[in-house]
Amino acid sequence: MTRTDVVVTGLGATTPLGGDVASTWDGMLAGRSGVSALTQEWAASLPARIAGQLAEDPMTKIDRIQARRMDRSEQVAIIAAREAWADAGFGDPDESADRDVAVDPERLAVVVGSGIGGATTLLGQDDILEEKGPRRVSPHTIPMLMPNGPAAHVGLHLKARAGAHCPASACATGAEALAWALDLIRAGRADVVVAGGVEAVIHPLPMAAFASMRAMSTRNDEPERASRPWDKARDGFVLSEGAGIVVLERADHAAARGARVYARFAGAGMTSDGYDIVQPHPQGEGAIRAIKRALADADVAASDIGHVNAHATSTPVGDLAEVVALRASIGDGFALTSTKSMTGHLLGAAGAVESIASILAVYHSTVPPTINLEDPDEGLDLDVVTGAARKADLTAALNNSFGFGGHNAALVFTRA
Amino acid sequence: MTRDEIREGLAEILDEVAGVDTADVEEGKSFTEDLDVDSLSMVEVVVAAEEKFGVKIPDDEVQNLKTVGDAVTFIEKHI
Repeated sequence: MTRTDVVVTGLGATTPLGGDVASTWDGMLAGRSGVSALTQEWAASLPARIAGQLAEDPMTKIDRIQARRMDRSEQVAIIAAREAWADAGFGDPDESADRDVAVDPERLAVVVGSGIGGATTLLGQDDILEEKGPRRVSPHTIPMLMPNGPAAHVGLHLKARAGAHCPASACATGAEALAWALDLIRAGRADVVVAGGVEAVIHPLPMAAFASMRAMSTRNDEPERASRPWDKARDGFVLSEGAGIVVLERADHAAARGARVYARFAGAGMTSDGYDIVQPHPQGEGAIRAIKRALADADVAASDIGHVNAHATSTPVGDLAEVVALRASIGDGFALTSTKSMTGHLLGAAGAVESIASILAVYHSTVPPTINLEDPDEGLDLDVVTGAARKADLTAALNNSFGFGGHNAALVFTRA
Repeated sequence: MTRDEIREGLAEILDEVAGVDTADVEEGKSFTEDLDVDSLSMVEVVVAAEEKFGVKIPDDEVQNLKTVGDAVTFIEKHI
């Protein structure tokens, strides 16, 4: 039996670099940082007072009444999904006549996850509970904070009826969402899947909690230089917010409607470390297995991988563990980058936004640079793209994502 | 407070909570049928009205408040 080919036909994003895919990609190619100082009063007492805040306020893009019934993570999901849907050529989801022709709702699924969910809604309503009592707690609280909220809203918006699913694997969520979507299409359960990840938890509690883990950069006086994967002076990740959503489609379905294809989604590998709740396996054992599985699944040789968009979050331990895992699994013949040096760490959205960057790298034959890599750490013996974007004739790219809990996801995209 | 003033106060709440055009908020209009206020938004309207007018609107009373006029009458009586 030949396996179903799956292709990428639509992209959508809203990130600290821009309110859509074009501006985000331009920001990456230009080597721009999306990190800035948090000027809100609540940030003053926090150890880390910098973040990658959305370049465009989601409230400006969503109807006021819709917006007040959605957590910020749901708002960004809708914004990115609308862009991806239109980009795929399905038109405006509100114009039902357009979409009925293009895709059967019963063959349309959604896989959108987040790392943390509607935490800001939960915390905000807890304040109301304490200050004003239970009767004042919003009746919209549960649908706003439930982890499946972003997936459900996207499904509702696009009228998807083949299932709306919500993986949660911390910082691997966005990548796992794409991997599960690939399986849905291969299993014959959907022709089109809208897949990705979202996150919006720039709020004192998550900021304090990550800082308590000593995981965050405290380079508060130089926000744009704070996210510096593989640099000797790196001191942790920078928390960011945003969404990345892609439209994945059975190749023959896309061909039949003459859709523009960005890349083939050739394969995915997902593993779990079974080692520690937060520490990655010291030899990157789970990461290596995920990468090898992805290559085998994609039927792509290690030597075909011309570009890797690394997980590299700018933490002292994780960045080099990934280098070790990459060497052990695919060698050194690829252009390596960490777009987190510019976006910061989008947590549950990271794998999806970085997949979009990987897909566009293949599509445009261009690898975005890693910024702030001024003094490379010992042990970084790979070809990192720095300074400026690099032209590269790519047949295949790999995107890695790893999450607290020991989740590892590796995705392979190939030229269409 | 006159009936008109109460109705105008309700109209502000309906605009804020459910995006209802204030000009549409007439006494004869049904919350669900005419103004398209869903059940969760109705809960918000009731709680906001309690705060605005300083009245208590018990849950078992809410089902009787079918129209804007019903709500104005209830608030007028209990204010």
